[in-house]
Amino acid sequence: MQSGRLLKYIAIRLLQAVPVIFGVIVLCFLMLQLAPGDLATVLAGESGGASEAYIAELQARYGLDKPVLVQLGYYIKNIMMFDLGFSFRHSANISELLAERMLATLLLMGSTLVLSLGLGVLAGLLASLWVGTWKDHVISIVAIIAYATPLFWVGLMLILAFSIKLDWFPTSGMEDVVQFYEGWDRVVDIARHLVLPAITLSLFYLALYARLMRATMLEQRGLDYVTTARAKGLNERQITVRHVLRNALLPVVTMAGVQIGGLLGGSVVVESVFAWPGIGQLAFEALFSRDYNLLLGIFLISAILVVVINLIVDVIYVLLDPRIRVGS
Amino acid sequence: MSDMVLSIQNLKVDLPVWSDRAHAVDDVSISVREKEILCIVGESGSGKSIMAKSILRLLPEPHVRVSGGSIMFEGNDLLDVADEHMRFVRGGRISMIFQEPMAALNPLMRIGRQIDEIIEVHTSLTASKRREKVIALFDDVRLPEPERILTSYPHELSGGQRQRVMIAMALALEPALIIADEPTTALDVTTQAQILHLMKDIQRRHGTSILFITHDFGVVAEIADRVAVMRYGKLVETGTVNEVLSSPTQDYTKALVAAVPSMTPRHRPSERPENSILVINNLVKTYAARGGVFGGKSKAVHAVAGVSLKVPNGHSLALVGESGSGKSTLARCIVGLEQSNSGEILLDDINIAGLSRTELRPYRNTVQMVFQDPFSSLNPRQKVGDIISLGPMLKGTKKDKAWEDARDLLCLVGLDPKAVERYPHEFSGGQRQRIGIARAIAMKPKLIIADEPVSALDVSVQKQVLELLDDLRKSLSLSMLFITHDLRVAAHVCEEIVVMRNGVLVEQGATANIFSNPQHEYTKALLAAVPGEGWQQRS
Repeated sequence: MQSGRLLKYIAIRLLQAVPVIFGVIVLCFLMLQLAPGDLATVLAGESGGASEAYIAELQARYGLDKPVLVQLGYYIKNIMMFDLGFSFRHSANISELLAERMLATLLLMGSTLVLSLGLGVLAGLLASLWVGTWKDHVISIVAIIAYATPLFWVGLMLILAFSIKLDWFPTSGMEDVVQFYEGWDRVVDIARHLVLPAITLSLFYLALYARLMRATMLEQRGLDYVTTARAKGLNERQITVRHVLRNALLPVVTMAGVQIGGLLGGSVVVESVFAWPGIGQLAFEALFSRDYNLLLGIFLISAILVVVINLIVDVIYVLLDPRIRVGS
Repeated sequence: MSDMVLSIQNLKVDLPVWSDRAHAVDDVSISVREKEILCIVGESGSGKSIMAKSILRLLPEPHVRVSGGSIMFEGNDLLDVADEHMRFVRGGRISMIFQEPMAALNPLMRIGRQIDEIIEVHTSLTASKRREKVIALFDDVRLPEPERILTSYPHELSGGQRQRVMIAMALALEPALIIADEPTTALDVTTQAQILHLMKDIQRRHGTSILFITHDFGVVAEIADRVAVMRYGKLVETGTVNEVLSSPTQDYTKALVAAVPSMTPRHRPSERPENSILVINNLVKTYAARGGVFGGKSKAVHAVAGVSLKVPNGHSLALVGESGSGKSTLARCIVGLEQSNSGEILLDDINIAGLSRTELRPYRNTVQMVFQDPFSSLNPRQKVGDIISLGPMLKGTKKDKAWEDARDLLCLVGLDPKAVERYPHEFSGGQRQRIGIARAIAMKPKLIIADEPVSALDVSVQKQVLELLDDLRKSLSLSMLFITHDLRVAAHVCEEIVVMRNGVLVEQGATANIFSNPQHEYTKALLAAVPGEGWQQRS
């Protein structure tokens, strides 16, 4: 009964996502038009200056001389046919470029999420069980420091300590290209490259979830149903595991869901520091080379990603909390 | 002494240093005998709940903790036994029922599992045996469709069903003693009557002792064998239910008993004035219950389904109904907080139904509302003077004059005029409700709508606030629409009563007639459900 409703709910949500994403495209397209300069001026600038006539010729060749709305119309028509266009800077098809980079970003985001949620919940749980003791204080202080430290600085320090001094992990990139690893060796190689960026990106969120988890655990422990559980004769471990934990997780899941979009933003910084070949790094490059076609593609794929992840979080929420009802 | 189930001797419970008194429970000795229902009666803050919680060592330590005395149960001092033994006693030998069953149940766990758990930790029965037992328990507490309830979550049951689940849980292991902490306070009158009946029935069948905590003497009369009265953490009086209710020895007990609103309606002039301040004709308010998160099939809920009534000038009309009857929605329509779908609301012969906010503004001060919860209906960041004078100032009164009026109004409602400079949190519940009343009459209304104005207050305070409303109504010749779920309260202040159920009026008439000769089945059921009804027919 509930699962049928859930499927219907997912279908409705996906349908609703279409106008959202369409809106994102139109808005981003129009806003990029406001930025000074275009691909033609950048190309001209890089070749050491060019005459007005040459720039006009370049603009005509890339269709940049047409009215804005006509350009938008072309762009949307192409997207309908799943054609995101061509990046002249990378001399590559944008769809293929994004697909390749997306995998790298998803890998980084996924490991960050698992790491920050897993360790954050665990640390918050332990702090709440040890509340008021020195162990609780240590966890809280470490969390505050992690919370307050800028991402890029953490990244640089980790590189300095673990790559340059200790030489445990590679400094940058996603894999050692010249080694031509295959199969299992390649997995291990990517994992070694993944450790530092994932830790860097997780630290902030880990601290946040730890603090939130500690607070909700303590709040939930004072509620009536916990007194009921205690009056039933359950021991403290049973009370925590069976009753408090699941209730305390709900706010953390909500928070994590809201922040996944932010995680994408944070990955721009981390990908730049670690030269991780993901979407974030690509966006950074595209912005500076005025590769607006590519930038639009990145916006589009990010919007889709956020919409899909939000949906997944909502579905998880429905499964966790029976009070939320979907469908009629 | 062998028939004592529980014997509390000289119990002392300390409160944290920042509270208004040092001991929540101060030198209380009390015992529960075999197969009896002992009622502990007291107002809020009397320490009755804290005493009950200290029996199972459920106090929020270390802030609130037992500092002396003993609690003897089955040969052990519960204050002294090891944690492991305490866990054996909890749920196994002594179980507990709480006031608000929604909060007392884990919202994320199925009902069946929550009861199963108590059997699981105390016995070595297999899962299927436990399941049989749970279903038998559901049957015992008269829960319908045990299979469905087994897999339901707490929010899917009604309030009465949830409390039955709690009772089933308490009964699961046939404990020697059940502690019930205001188990019916959060329930509707008719549900309360059913639960009280069930508890009495179960107590008789299982031979369990019950320690029953309440603030309501009606409930005491209904269920108790013996009564103990508490105040400020001390025991005031104990005795059998007859002794305490009919011949109390202590002044405090006498005052409490006298404060219980009587079932005998006050004498009221029966002639009705020609004009009515409020006339409602065929009012309909329908909510479109949204089917799903995004529309889906919507189905209409008729909160108010064609109600017609009149409040004659200078009269007071009680609108009686249980939760979900639509009485509050009706009130919200009258004051313009909700737009009705159809029908007329004639206020002083002007139809205000369907007016926009701006069009309604000139009539706003004609009707004022007194709200149910005195704790959330006053802005905590505003001084009492501002709260009262803001309305008149919006109407153009100068600030000095408005504050002067506010002082007079505070005198009128029985508060110190200096209270204008203070903030709401400095006042007790009853005092706040007086401030709420002063705020309402500051606008010089012709009609006051009082939405359950005393249901959040202690019985003794209730009486004072009701008297105040009644006096003000007469001296200022106001009309009043008094919304309540409690027929006793209605009888106390109103000439006429209308009974509402599922959005329609089922009966209306003069208070005395409704009480002496109710026509509709539902009115009869409501009257029968009034706790301590037999005792109420006293004198």
